[in-house]
Amino acid sequence: MIKSRGAKIADWIIVFICVIIIFVCLLPIVNIAARSLSSADALMRSKVILWPVEFNVDAYAKILSDVKYTRSLGWTAILTVICTALSMFMTIMCAFPLIYNNLKGKRVFNAMIIFTMYFSAGTIPNYLLLKDLGLLENALVMIIPNCLSVFNMIILRSFFYGIPESLKEAAELEGCGPFRTLINVYLPLSTPTLATLSLFYAVGRWNGFSDALMYITRTKELFPIQLLLYNLLQNMMSIDIATQEGFTMPGVTEGVKAATVMFAIVPILIVYPLLQRYFIAGVTLGGVKG
Amino acid sequence: MEKTTIKRFGLYMRQNWTLYVMLSLPITFFIVFRYIPMTYIQIAFKKFNLFKSVWEMEAAGNYGFEFFIKAFSNRDFFYALRNTLLLNLLDLVVGFPAPIILALLLNELAFKMFKRVTQTVVYMPHFLSWIIISGLALQLFAPTTGLVNIVLQKMGFEAVPFLNEPTHWVVTYIFLGVWQSVGWNTIIYLAAITGISPELYEAASVDGAGRLRRIWHITLPGIKPTIIVLLIMALGRILGSEFDRPYALGNNLVKGVSNVISTFVYTVGIRGSQFSLTTAVGLFQSVICVIFLAGANTIAEKNGERGIF
Repeated sequence: MIKSRGAKIADWIIVFICVIIIFVCLLPIVNIAARSLSSADALMRSKVILWPVEFNVDAYAKILSDVKYTRSLGWTAILTVICTALSMFMTIMCAFPLIYNNLKGKRVFNAMIIFTMYFSAGTIPNYLLLKDLGLLENALVMIIPNCLSVFNMIILRSFFYGIPESLKEAAELEGCGPFRTLINVYLPLSTPTLATLSLFYAVGRWNGFSDALMYITRTKELFPIQLLLYNLLQNMMSIDIATQEGFTMPGVTEGVKAATVMFAIVPILIVYPLLQRYFIAGVTLGGVKG
Repeated sequence: MEKTTIKRFGLYMRQNWTLYVMLSLPITFFIVFRYIPMTYIQIAFKKFNLFKSVWEMEAAGNYGFEFFIKAFSNRDFFYALRNTLLLNLLDLVVGFPAPIILALLLNELAFKMFKRVTQTVVYMPHFLSWIIISGLALQLFAPTTGLVNIVLQKMGFEAVPFLNEPTHWVVTYIFLGVWQSVGWNTIIYLAAITGISPELYEAASVDGAGRLRRIWHITLPGIKPTIIVLLIMALGRILGSEFDRPYALGNNLVKGVSNVISTFVYTVGIRGSQFSLTTAVGLFQSVICVIFLAGANTIAEKNGERGIF
């Protein structure tokens, strides 16, 4: 098909619009990266736009020398790994048995699980239960109560459903029980979906904030990075007000704030492109079919 | 007769017991962390007492509805309810069409490599937490030293208090919501567009239809079912409220518009220990959400669309 001149111009206009959209998406991140690498003085004089001014890494050095930050970063990383592993285990254990059509009680299990997607007890009942279980101020409270997402389970179940029944039957003829069928047939065929779901769980935990805010208030060594960052941003607000009265140097703290945000963003920016090719397939699969 | 059923059941269990072993952990999880909390809902109808179990607490006044009445005569709750509706409606009006437009735009991109790059970039904000985004926004929109205000001032405009003044805050809140989710939400529309038969487009270009007419007469009708299902789901969530987004972006200067039901429950309930009142508020919200979702779903099915249940 040969395009007319008008159509070609239109093509370039669309490209131009997309370039603007890309720019808007990246702008805040480029800006914060520039700010985190600029001198306090340049920040105060409103010089920093997209490029570091008076380049230095003081803010990063400050964070890396502060045990509060390094501990929180390390702890959040460990937490993310543990949570992802546990969540994947639970998701597989939940999704796989539900694809057996002859499973007795399947409808009850399904109904019971789906119901929780539409109705939840609410913030306060959840809080009081965890309080009664003695899980407040405990590391487990950020691991167990949200270790299984129904949405992710449904994505995996849809994918399992798509694997030909004949493979399952063949495995059973070979004498494989359900467990070995899962390990030898289903899991090797589902790596893209498993990778996608792991990414979702890992990002969810790394970004998780509200559970830590509500359930962990005193035990500061359990603060994940998001909570630390939030407290820092809030403190800055009050410091901003204090500086108007002429108390502190705002530039230093602005840089530290920017660098902390960078520490929270960078792991995601590293992992995300690696897994990107998988997740589109994974999302459309579960998203449309539900 | 009886014996054979028992025998058959025995055989069935011998073959399938591993499935039940696998399910035991997830089911226990759902019972303990999703269903047992539901027994705590009765606190909404009782006077909360720290030293008694939920079953032993004393019933609240007014046939148990004391705390619902209290909630609705509470000014802060009233504002939280209004703000929830207001912010969700604005999100719907602005945030719902945005990914449709972007998906149409991406679909019209003639250069495949560039399309891939664009998609990679626009999906990315979805993976940032609201705390990170609020950190980005505080820096970007800082009153004097932030990039946007530097540029505005250079162009001769006044600095704009994006996050410190209620009206501007609402606009910024909605804009950041679009920024975060617009790319991600195109995925489902792009998937629907791939399902449209290419023959339709060929026939249209033979008939001499231009780009806009192809979009209007083929692409849009092709994704109409998807649009309707998503619109209905969005309508069903109109009283739902996220916590992270308003909590992270809000501050004392804009409390009047940033306080929504979820943040009200947190501050009054968990911070303020008014458990009965906030459980009542939470129950009210959950019930309305379920009713809206079920209603929206019925409408969808009546109109011949696939439901969401």
